[in-house]
Amino acid sequence: MRKLLNTLYITNPDVYLSREGEQVVVKNEGKKSIAVPIHNLEGIISFGYCGASPALMGLCAEKGVSVTFLTEYGKYLASVQGPFSGNILLRKEQFRIAEDSERRLGVSVNFIVAKIMNSRTVLKRAIRDYEEIAGKQQISFVVERLGRQAENARHALNEDELRGIEGDAAKMYFGVFDNLILHEKESFFFHGRSRRPPLDNMNALLSFTYVLLAHEVKSAIEAVGLDPAAGFFHKDRPGRNGLALDMMEELRAYLADRFVLSLVNRRQVSAKDFVVKENRAILMDDDMRKKLLTEWQKRKRIDIKHPYTKEKISLGLLPYIQAQLMARFIRGDIDGYPPFLWR
Amino acid sequence: MDKYDEKIYLPLSGIQHFVFCKRQWALIHIERQWKENMLTVEGKNLHERADDPYEKEKRSDLIVSRAMPLISKKLGIQGVADIVEFEKTIDGKGIRIRDYDGFWLPHPVEYKRGIPKSDQSDEAQLCLQVLCLEEMMGANIDKAYLYYHQKRRRTRIKMESELREWTVSMAKEMHELFEKGLTPPAEKNKKCGNCSMKELCFPRLTKKARPVSNYINEMMKEGE
Repeated sequence: MRKLLNTLYITNPDVYLSREGEQVVVKNEGKKSIAVPIHNLEGIISFGYCGASPALMGLCAEKGVSVTFLTEYGKYLASVQGPFSGNILLRKEQFRIAEDSERRLGVSVNFIVAKIMNSRTVLKRAIRDYEEIAGKQQISFVVERLGRQAENARHALNEDELRGIEGDAAKMYFGVFDNLILHEKESFFFHGRSRRPPLDNMNALLSFTYVLLAHEVKSAIEAVGLDPAAGFFHKDRPGRNGLALDMMEELRAYLADRFVLSLVNRRQVSAKDFVVKENRAILMDDDMRKKLLTEWQKRKRIDIKHPYTKEKISLGLLPYIQAQLMARFIRGDIDGYPPFLWR
Repeated sequence: MDKYDEKIYLPLSGIQHFVFCKRQWALIHIERQWKENMLTVEGKNLHERADDPYEKEKRSDLIVSRAMPLISKKLGIQGVADIVEFEKTIDGKGIRIRDYDGFWLPHPVEYKRGIPKSDQSDEAQLCLQVLCLEEMMGANIDKAYLYYHQKRRRTRIKMESELREWTVSMAKEMHELFEKGLTPPAEKNKKCGNCSMKELCFPRLTKKARPVSNYINEMMKEGE
């Protein structure tokens, strides 16, 4: 199987990335601080305004290493695109499916069924694993309802119906999400999603983790030659990565929500890690962000058996494997898109 | 009129992938997947080519030309021959070459890293080089050589009509598949274990296709 390589995260805005031979060199105030061989890297993600040399970007493009620049809050700035990207025949077929409501619905159903099933599993496991969890009855009720909604999603007749089912399922799931937080309830609570900006610590953690996941999914989609902008379930909007958002749906609960919950429940974060702005917006401080990235990287090394291909893979490769499966489906190797399902 | 449009000359070296497995060839040449995997497949590691597979001494009756560009307009193939040797003839057979006196017979020598393979992919590549050379230089070539690095010696391959016809049919089939732009399913009786394209190919998906709806049914049922 493809090896999971490292992602180099740059969180210090004062460093400069350059190339020396086959190495990525990180310089701080002109002095070399780290050098990493390019063949050990999967991607480079830089937060804040650090610079990089064209020679380095060229090397990364040639070796298939993604380079992404984000603001310190994770807003997308730019990424490096090499001379060859994607495959026109594959993309054209992707567009054909996206234009055909019948075919499009078939794929969308699988995204949403997996999304509902995987968030349901998060709840099921919480009831199973935590004796002391509050609101067990209510969670069990939601588990049952999500099971029914997943069935309904499978038989959705059109996209509007599917959107309705998805909306209801998300509301139910997030309605009991607060019960999954077991400690420090005064600092870590969940009363619904708030995005721009996040207004509490949980939302700040979730938003940042979703940003990480979104980038990984988008890079994976680009790596297999698909167009991240042409989605099936998410409506086209200029500047929106529809397919990346689609393919994120099935992974949100499994990769991101569980990750954030475990940070809190293992007491790896505390109220002191956050800064409250005058307008109530919540930001993570630098150390918190570093801590989160380190844990995120650690988690990627866990091995799982993929439910469809039956192969052993590192968790970090999941977005890439799903993108591969999507490409194989679009090319007609498989009769449908097999989403990632977790029990 | 040439048979093929200037833009669809297929790479000569691709025929060895094509003979080994049509799906592998399509992954590389139609889908353009992963350059680094391609390099693994091609085995083009220049450091390993340090020892030259031909007599080093200069001989007045042998010209050695390296990295010779080849093209066949008839077959729509282009590529590069590692080595083409020209042997001087004494009976007036062969062709004339610029800047040299006399008549010469060319033959390609294709360098391979490992040992002879169980299929005929190397022979096909060599034969395709011969067909290009014949078309370009107007020579008749009756033999060529494969040099296997692990054996440290060359094997002579006769350019018989059977090999030629088969190679031509492979080249034609390659064009047909390229025209369709479709990647064929993995071939059932192939050993996929050692294939460097395995993880891009998911051979099991097409060999033992598992309907996606069955998979979803199963995952939704269990653990209830």
